[in-house]
Amino acid sequence: MVKFQIQDLNIWFGSTHALKNLNLEIESNEILSIIGPANSGKTTFLRMLNRLNELEINFKMDGKVELDKKDIKAIDTQILRKKIGMVFALPLPLPLSIFDNVAYGTKLHGIINKKKLQEIVEAALKEAFLWEEVKDRLNISAFKLSGGQQQRLCIARTLAVEPEVILFDEPCSGLDPISTAKVEEAMLKLKQNYTLVLVTNNVKQAARVGDRTAFFLSSELIEVDKTEKIFTAPSDQRTDDYIRGKFG
Amino acid sequence: MRKFKEFIIEKLILFCGLASIFFVVLIFLFLLKEGLTVFKTVNPFKFLFGKNWYPISEPAQLGILPLILGSLLVTVGAAVISIPIGVACAIYIAEVTPLKIKEILKAGIELLAAIPSVVLGFIGMVTLVPWVKSIFKLPTGLTALSGSIMLAFMAIPTIVSIAEDALYSVPKSYKEGALALGATHWQTIWRVMLPAASSGILAAVMLGIGRVIGETMAVMMITGNAAVIPHSILQPVRTLTATIAAEMGEAVVGSEHFFALFAIGIVLFMISFAINVTADLFLHKKK
Amino acid sequence: MMINSKRAEKIAFFFLFLATLLIVVPVGMIIVIIIQKGLPAINWQFLSDIPRQGMRAGGIFPVIVGTVYLVLGAIAFALPIGLLAAIYLSEHARDNLLNRLIKLAIVNLAGVPSVVYGLFGLALFVVFFKFGASILSGSLTLGIMILPIIITTSREALESVPYSFREVSLSLGASKWQTIRRIVLPNAIPGILTGTILGLGRAAGETAPILFTVAAFYLPQLPKSIFDQAMALPYHLYVISTQVPNVDEKIRYGTALVLLTLVLFMNLVAIIIRYRFRKKKKW
Repeated sequence: MVKFQIQDLNIWFGSTHALKNLNLEIESNEILSIIGPANSGKTTFLRMLNRLNELEINFKMDGKVELDKKDIKAIDTQILRKKIGMVFALPLPLPLSIFDNVAYGTKLHGIINKKKLQEIVEAALKEAFLWEEVKDRLNISAFKLSGGQQQRLCIARTLAVEPEVILFDEPCSGLDPISTAKVEEAMLKLKQNYTLVLVTNNVKQAARVGDRTAFFLSSELIEVDKTEKIFTAPSDQRTDDYIRGKFG
Repeated sequence: MRKFKEFIIEKLILFCGLASIFFVVLIFLFLLKEGLTVFKTVNPFKFLFGKNWYPISEPAQLGILPLILGSLLVTVGAAVISIPIGVACAIYIAEVTPLKIKEILKAGIELLAAIPSVVLGFIGMVTLVPWVKSIFKLPTGLTALSGSIMLAFMAIPTIVSIAEDALYSVPKSYKEGALALGATHWQTIWRVMLPAASSGILAAVMLGIGRVIGETMAVMMITGNAAVIPHSILQPVRTLTATIAAEMGEAVVGSEHFFALFAIGIVLFMISFAINVTADLFLHKKK
Repeated sequence: MMINSKRAEKIAFFFLFLATLLIVVPVGMIIVIIIQKGLPAINWQFLSDIPRQGMRAGGIFPVIVGTVYLVLGAIAFALPIGLLAAIYLSEHARDNLLNRLIKLAIVNLAGVPSVVYGLFGLALFVVFFKFGASILSGSLTLGIMILPIIITTSREALESVPYSFREVSLSLGASKWQTIRRIVLPNAIPGILTGTILGLGRAAGETAPILFTVAAFYLPQLPKSIFDQAMALPYHLYVISTQVPNVDEKIRYGTALVLLTLVLFMNLVAIIIRYRFRKKKKW
């Protein structure tokens, strides 16, 4: 089933044409990996899906992006962002306790019953594979956790608002291999219940985790296909060159 | 419902954002409203350049030249004292003092800036004025010089803190480059950093002078309040600001004198407007 | 050649040091003199009694109270408006014409001479709105005067909260205002507090704006409403130094000491809050 339909999407920041004529479908319950060199448009595309781009100066867009067949521009941003969560490149805990971090989004959307909040926080932390490590110290500042733990906290935070889609913007770029492995493990489990879009600079991570992989270059989508195919026999020579490390 | 609340809050925030423009315009308008009235009965040229300020004589003579010259004299005197000392102190704090002392000095300068002008006026009255009187053997120590010295004190914190900021924001690479070429610290400061920070230092000086021109209480208490054209710095003078403060209490609301004082207010407003806009331009030019 | 430039440096640095000394020493002397000559006057009676014998004796209680009323009134006006204005500027960072005009206006408000504020307050509040010389007129005038301080310091405090926090909050479905209320404001409070205290200190020490808008020469009983006139510390100091002859030196210095202590104390507190805030930032 198609979750996102993107048609003829063009994005400009001022005079910079950041994304050119993008056409893409994202399936429900898949993990779509997006690879490509810096400034290729990957993050611009990702941030279009939850309309975070609109906060930038001189943003302009053209084309259509549909979530479940509805134009995302017609959906209220607060509702949209509840459905589409985002995990950022650097772990970004809010200056609150662990518990309050996870509960932040939930409280925003009106749930204030203490018991319910506790249930939701626990469930989210378990889904993010962090519960065992923090269950005894939920009230300490989130900054006291290690980088990998903070990132899983951020995942739990997004899970707590019960989204349908989770966007990952280079989530492991600041993490050590063990933390990276834990985050990837979480992603693979999450696929069952959510649709995941992963932007990554780490080509091998894309191969490990993605069902399908998309290759962006110079603000354009070059090709998208099943991960296996992209990594063994891509249709475009540039994709092949990038994966082999001939440029990057 | 929540959307409506958001909308109201957004509008309230916008409204307050515009408040500062609103108030500046309002101040200017009210000054004009009251001040321009005087030009119905007094020729503007005579007002600005007339040599006699006798507002309560019959007929009143309303020429503010002595007041302008009074302000000018005191300001120039303060500038001559405060600019070299202020800039020197800024360099000292920015470049020479070790870190710990720097914080203390900066806090000290900030506290100096906070001393109310009436307190400085009072102290000036009881210490500086008698001192000037005895050193220069004058009939009175209430002179433009006393005013200049005290005003220099009030301008210096402004000059020091903004100039110090300007020096601090000179890119480290400039300084390191010069030192790497073998220049001494002082040569680096003199030939590289000061020129690089020049627009900021200029802005600092302008803002300091701006503060001096607008000063009221200290000058009122120590410059003698003689509204005559000054011939030397060792005689009493009257500034534009002191005139307003001293005479508004006696001017009848709606009288010619009343409007004349507002007209002086217009002059002051425009001078400070010009200085502040220019200084701000310099502060942002280097960026 | 090397030796010459080293000597030049030593001489230059000596003059720089001298300049700094030239500032620090007199300031120190001023404070010492005021403390020395004013302290004898300070006792409970001085602070709690009304002025007597045409202000040549007695205390300064109504004067202190008047200053407190004025300062509170000023901040009641300036803080809400200034804070919201600061929120506007920090959330709408676009460099368009409107924002540049707003910033220009703030710079100008900050530079208007205090006596011109007095004229403005007289024309608008005392005469036009017919509030008369009153705590209301004085507070509003002082409030507009300290508005730039509140706006500038609050804005710095708001902008010091990292943009990434805002992004995170928005990406979780918060509205702009919810983000401000729950994340930005709470973390900007120390900075806003600093600005508020600095504003209070400034309002407490200014004379010219209150000369024609509120200050009473002699008012032995306390003001009963905001439409009453009031005495105030800066004006009182001016009056007993210049308008009333034969006031005991002790009382003059004592009044100066009270005013100076009040203002310097507030500024010191503000500086300390700001210092600790900068050190303690958790991010």
